[in-house]
Amino acid sequence: MKQLFVFIRKEFYHVFRDPRTLLIMFGLPVVQIILFGFALTSEVKNTDILISDYSQDVQSTKVTQKIKASSYFIVHEAVIGNREIENTFKKGQIKCVLIFPPGFSNDLFHNGKGQIQIIADGSDPNTAKTIINYLTSIISSYQREEFPAAATPYQITTEPRMLYNEDDNGSLNYIPGVMALILMLVCTALTSVSIVKEKELGTMEILLVSPFKPVMVLIAKAVPYFLLSIVNFSLILLLSVFMLHIEVKGNLLLLFFETAIFILTCLSFGLLISNTTNAQQTALLISMMGMMLPTIIFTGFLFPLENMPWIFQLIANIVPSKWYFIIIKNVMLKGLGLKYVWKETLILIGMTCFLLAIALKNFKIRLQ
Amino acid sequence: MKKLRFLLQKEFRQIFRDKTILAMMLAVPTIQLIIIPQAMNFDIKNINISIVDNDHSSYSQKLISKIGSSGYFRIVSNDISYQKALRHIENGSADLVMELPNGFERNLIREGSQKIGVSVDAINGSKASIGGAYLNSVIADFNAGLEVNQITVPTQPGPEGFVDITYSNWFNTLAEYKFYIVPGVLVLLLTLIGGFMSALNIVREKEAGTIEQINVTPIKKWEFILGKLIPFWIIGMIVFTVGLIVCWIVYGIISVGSIALLYSIAGIYLIALLGFGLLISTYSDSQVQAMFIAFFFILIFILMSGLFTSVDSMPPWAKVVSNATPVTHFIKIVRMIMLKGSGFSDVKSELAYILVFAIALNGWAIWNYRKTA
Amino acid sequence: MEEKVIICKELTKQFGNFYAVDKVSFDVYKGEIFGFLGANGAGKTTAMRILCGLSFPSSGEATVAGFNVYRQQESIKRNIGYMSQKFSLYENLSILENIEFFGGVYDVSRKEIKERSDKLIDDLGLQKEAKKMVGGLPLGWKQKLAFSVAIFHRPKIVFLDEPTGGVDPVTRRQFWDMIYDASASGITIFVTTHYMDEAEYCNRISVMVDGKMEALDTPGNLKKRFSVESMDEVFYQLARGAVRKAD
Repeated sequence: MKQLFVFIRKEFYHVFRDPRTLLIMFGLPVVQIILFGFALTSEVKNTDILISDYSQDVQSTKVTQKIKASSYFIVHEAVIGNREIENTFKKGQIKCVLIFPPGFSNDLFHNGKGQIQIIADGSDPNTAKTIINYLTSIISSYQREEFPAAATPYQITTEPRMLYNEDDNGSLNYIPGVMALILMLVCTALTSVSIVKEKELGTMEILLVSPFKPVMVLIAKAVPYFLLSIVNFSLILLLSVFMLHIEVKGNLLLLFFETAIFILTCLSFGLLISNTTNAQQTALLISMMGMMLPTIIFTGFLFPLENMPWIFQLIANIVPSKWYFIIIKNVMLKGLGLKYVWKETLILIGMTCFLLAIALKNFKIRLQ
Repeated sequence: MKKLRFLLQKEFRQIFRDKTILAMMLAVPTIQLIIIPQAMNFDIKNINISIVDNDHSSYSQKLISKIGSSGYFRIVSNDISYQKALRHIENGSADLVMELPNGFERNLIREGSQKIGVSVDAINGSKASIGGAYLNSVIADFNAGLEVNQITVPTQPGPEGFVDITYSNWFNTLAEYKFYIVPGVLVLLLTLIGGFMSALNIVREKEAGTIEQINVTPIKKWEFILGKLIPFWIIGMIVFTVGLIVCWIVYGIISVGSIALLYSIAGIYLIALLGFGLLISTYSDSQVQAMFIAFFFILIFILMSGLFTSVDSMPPWAKVVSNATPVTHFIKIVRMIMLKGSGFSDVKSELAYILVFAIALNGWAIWNYRKTA
Repeated sequence: MEEKVIICKELTKQFGNFYAVDKVSFDVYKGEIFGFLGANGAGKTTAMRILCGLSFPSSGEATVAGFNVYRQQESIKRNIGYMSQKFSLYENLSILENIEFFGGVYDVSRKEIKERSDKLIDDLGLQKEAKKMVGGLPLGWKQKLAFSVAIFHRPKIVFLDEPTGGVDPVTRRQFWDMIYDASASGITIFVTTHYMDEAEYCNRISVMVDGKMEALDTPGNLKKRFSVESMDEVFYQLARGAVRKAD
């Protein structure tokens, strides 16, 4: 036992003496939280649109004013011909053109309906859709204000409630995903690299020649990263609570318990990767470059999993971060208890055992 | 010049002996280009909704069946109470709950208005909130289609003040998301490969000690750096080409604009990226360090680049950061040229950014590299 | 008067308060085999790196092959060869490819490269291995190969940093035979080593202790001076008071 502690202490020295690794371990989450919390959003704001008003009359001006008053758009005004529209889009700045044909007011009052043409730059379909929706709702509300009589006599309206997120905190959607992503990548990469480095340097042989069981070597490697990841997780949690004002609704103990399991899963995965290669470069390429995009995609926090082709959904099932993401959402943000996440927890535990078993077996074989 | 030739010969020999590199060049772009756009699908379908019908009237039945047949929703349950319906949200089987109040039909006719409760699982992000918006439009449609409303509205050409809006989507008439995302993924690939591989390469020589041997020879600094840049530049361009071919074969996307322009800008972008990788490797002593630093920055670049989210919507300070990354500008350029056919004059301001990066990063790397300590 | 190919006057390299090389002065003559000895941490490698143009001195003067170490490093590099302590050929290139690269880098013409590499491979008996990766060679062969590559371009001086570390005695002998051949052809050899028996093979040796040069003479004279039979003893006498323990 005492030897194990000696070993673990050595591993800690390794880690703390490398400031750049520490930068990654702790700097990365902080940066991610800031980015996701403050900079990245799926909303559409500050879009440049062009209003081409051929009528220049009272009603078209009213509509234009209303659009300008909304905070979504930066409105440019110029009367341009059809051919110039394409060039305008090609320049890239303007995302949408709204055209009032001549005689707008006249059409509204005397012909029963006025025309507005909206041309959107479809190369970004989501933004285009959103812009069109916003513009349409602004125009509808203009209609209701100017022509109350045209409204339907019977109105059904909805009373929306945003569950779990009464403050409409935009970052809520991303934070659990960021947690899962960072833990998975950092943990896996660091563990696999640490083991492979010893193999590459040749010091692994020395360790194995010592009276240690090989298992002990691996445990000693895993322990510092385990503890550091817990610290990392706490850091992310603190940042989310204090900087992004996210409320932790669920049981903290349960949260840490689940995180601990997930970290173990990542460590085992790192171990597995380290078995496949003797070169640091390869271990790094696999665990960082190779895993980055699949983790982002298959965790399901940036893009909904349900929309993906079924084969992707199948693959996502073997990505541990997908399950952890569900657990985090349920426990941290919805405040649910073990009763609701026992299935996912079991899956994670199962994955860990499975990965560990294979990794250990492989490790022993390679020694022969 | 002659020395450069020998350098290049050595580099190429080394690179091609390394099987991982070859895998990188061909397999990785292909796989990622195929997988990622398929996964990044924002069309919302199969929104799970739990319905609580406290009214059981003909109106409520009609509304419910309209929702069910809309194609967007999947009615997962009809619950007796709101509490029961909430369970579905808790266990994740529903994204929305819609509650119709008792006396819905009766009160609507008598009082002229009614409220429907819609509860959205806000944790579920875009799916739920878009689901809410769709539900609203289905309800509004239902509202307009009610017979009560039809009778009082004159059948003549529209009431006064009706605005008819026509929409069109240019460059992407079917509004398919893949046209938007695939060029972005192409840039992403180039960035990953250019940034990571070049960072690792010099550091590997540092670690092996062969760099000292180089420092002792009469090879000039710029010859050495060019010797490192050129092979990766060529590899990057090959990857770009493979990527374009995959775009064409798998997605049917061909560049609307000039391919020559695309290639030349890609060439400059690669130089900027390689400069970045080079810079990192001059500051790192081990491969692990170089990888980590590169990873740190590249992740930030990718997230801030407008690949996944829009740059315009960022707060001002974030926009500054976004503009300070070369990735942002190249993505804009690629999208503009490939999807809209923008020409040189349209992209020249973005191109200027990339040029500045290319010169600054490489200049810094060269300045930082010391043959004599 | 023989030509001096290396001249050092009060050469110093300091890192903060630490003097790795402390006012070292010595000369090396053309065609000599000069042994640069010292304990670990004495400053040998640091001094050698300055002479190779890999590092700037803090003060003092030095010229190598007639060129100034402060301002003419690139000229120095054209005229010297170097074999580092850590084996520095490319493990994932073949023998021929390594030779071709380094030959080309030192401006040896294609024709010469071909001729000399054929001879080199013959001399080393590596005909069967010529196309194989260097990484697969046993250590002794690697060292001999690295030396051959270091003198491939017929430099004026070749610097060898502990070239025979970890190599068996037979191979060491063969290595020194190669050194003698090189010396006979006019190349000045500047070699650092821990093996005191190798010190006997040199024309003159110097001993560095704690950054300072404590002895500079032929092996014979040094043995007489300290009244001992072997260079081991000479070294022991000089270095046992050394304070620094590691490089």
